[in-house]
Amino acid sequence: MSALTTIVYLAGTALYLLYLALARPGLARAGRAALALGFVLHTALLGLRMLEIGYPPVASLGDSLSLLTWLLVGGYLVVSLKHGTMVLGSFVSPIAAALMVSAWILPRATSPLTPGLHSVWIPIHVWLVLSGEAIFALAFCAGIMYLFQERQLKTKQLGLLARRLPSLELLDRLNWRLLTIGFPLLTFGFIAGMVVAASAWGAFWSWDPKQVWALITWLLYAVQLHSRLTAGWRGRRAAILSIVGFVVLLFTFLGVNLVQTSLHRFV
Amino acid sequence: MEIVLLGLNHHTAPLPVREQLAFTPEVLLEAIRRLCKLPGIAEGLILSTCNRVEVLAVAPDPDLGVRQITAFLGECHGVSMAGVEPHVYVHTATEAVRHLFRVASSLDSMVVGEPQILGQLKAAYRVAAGQKATGVVLNRLLHKAFAVAKRVRTETRIASSAVSVSFAAIQLARRIFGTLAGKTVLIVGAGEMCELALRHLRSQGVGEVLVTNRTYERAVRLAGEFRGSAIPFEELPQGLRRADIVLTSTGSPNFIVRREQAAEVIRARRHRPMFFIDIAVPRDVDPRINDIENVYLYDLDDLQAVVQDNRQEREKEARRAEEIIAHEAGQFFHWLRSLDVVPLIVALRERAEAIRRRELERALGRMGPLTEAQREVLAALSAGIINKLLHQPITRLKAESGAEQGALYIEAARRLFALDAEEIEQELDEALADLEAPEGGG
Repeated sequence: MSALTTIVYLAGTALYLLYLALARPGLARAGRAALALGFVLHTALLGLRMLEIGYPPVASLGDSLSLLTWLLVGGYLVVSLKHGTMVLGSFVSPIAAALMVSAWILPRATSPLTPGLHSVWIPIHVWLVLSGEAIFALAFCAGIMYLFQERQLKTKQLGLLARRLPSLELLDRLNWRLLTIGFPLLTFGFIAGMVVAASAWGAFWSWDPKQVWALITWLLYAVQLHSRLTAGWRGRRAAILSIVGFVVLLFTFLGVNLVQTSLHRFV
Repeated sequence: MEIVLLGLNHHTAPLPVREQLAFTPEVLLEAIRRLCKLPGIAEGLILSTCNRVEVLAVAPDPDLGVRQITAFLGECHGVSMAGVEPHVYVHTATEAVRHLFRVASSLDSMVVGEPQILGQLKAAYRVAAGQKATGVVLNRLLHKAFAVAKRVRTETRIASSAVSVSFAAIQLARRIFGTLAGKTVLIVGAGEMCELALRHLRSQGVGEVLVTNRTYERAVRLAGEFRGSAIPFEELPQGLRRADIVLTSTGSPNFIVRREQAAEVIRARRHRPMFFIDIAVPRDVDPRINDIENVYLYDLDDLQAVVQDNRQEREKEARRAEEIIAHEAGQFFHWLRSLDVVPLIVALRERAEAIRRRELERALGRMGPLTEAQREVLAALSAGIINKLLHQPITRLKAESGAEQGALYIEAARRLFALDAEEIEQELDEALADLEAPEGGG
């Protein structure tokens, strides 16, 4: 099932990339259909996994990546239905496919959770944070598309790619919408994480590297929100902040554990 | 039965000549009626736009048809066709079909890819069909033409690139703003160029229109024409703050929008994007404002470069469109040829003969031993029935095929006797191959 889902996502990605190259709308529609099919399979896969381990599948790196992919694809399908932008899929689907491949390869065996961590707050924490991450991954894609389109308009080199990209205004609006959805998710996700920390480590805040990076990430998105509301920062700056924000977010999610030792065991 | 197309367009005839032959909507009805009453014309249609006048007809004898249409045009407009004829083109058969498909797909338009021509052709068809001037052939041909135009539009990007400066400006504006609905436009200058660009912008449904000019009266006049509001030239800075799109075309020797000014404006607008279109020579807007974030500036050269790119793209797409059209025209022509009477009669005879033979054998089988003479009588009887029965329809078909409603008879006969078009086409192909073989050999 896991392999099948991955293959369907990869097929969707191939179709979307072909669309980028050939500009045949049929390809993008087929790509979206493939992602939708993958999403259905993926939903079943997550359900089965939950039955198998008798607990929301959130506690291993493989499971988290799989869940993140599911949220990302789901989020993308909603956005594409609402805005009808085809080309966003060409940016989202490679990310989804890459995540799914890593989820497939990476360990998913769960060491039994320490009793102290057996809390309802863990799945809540993970779900909220991963939803936020999926939303910001979409914002990251919108940001990259914005920069492409903006560069081409500024340099007056109107290549074929720009023809397929949505207007700057739409991309900017999308970025803002995603920020207003992703930020609360991330905020509540981190708060839930602190509740878990309080019960497991005895303190809401303990300057753990993971916590510090989470704070940095949160501050970056807070700055974006604030500068937009007060100074009207939009367009290119907002796009860059979305890109930087997501890179840092990804580091907090995956990188911290590689570089530093954290009490935050898995991911 | 041949399709003929006779006309003139912006490629072949200057405006004064086109004007002479143009049909106004009022006279079009009467003209159509007269056209299809001509003895040499079976079906007819008149397309008259500001860029072309074309008469499309089905004629049993193409040469006669062309002569009659030429005379008809001269009579309708009271002009001598001798002076006009050098500007007139005549297409027959596949060429006529291909030409019509090219017109419908906007490949023959002055602005290639512009969509209006399809609507005009549809209207022309409605008028002709309303007068019952179109029949089996033209009905099918026109519907095919509409389908081909749609195919060209969806399968090629012929219609998506702008090849005039003002269209290019709109295309760019849409890349920035998406839709132009509700956007505020500021026009600086009140010359002819501004008027033209404003007309295009208006057709895109822009919101408020502000006009300013050194001579206030001219600003008022232009604003009045487009239901906009004029502002005094001194209030340009305030105008800039409100404008999403700024179009400048003044005769000023200096920049009228400076870099610092634009930077200030964009801050005051809380960085909402601005699109400057500077079509003035010398330029009105400091080129350095393009470096300001959320400000996009295109001058005349930039726009012309975009147009140039689009032209190349369009030429490439036009070649693909031509391929589609050639293919579809070939298919249509094949169908048209299936309307020819000879293969139909051959097919009809063969069908009857096959039935006769089958039934005869069945009857003989049931009768037991018969003498040779008796068999011959039976064979002659069956053949006689078939021949007598088919004699009238075949004579009529031959006679009518050359006349006005010939195609209708042939189509009807084909359906009545369930003679498959493919069968007839096959028949035709073989006949054509026979005809061509000796030539090819020699």
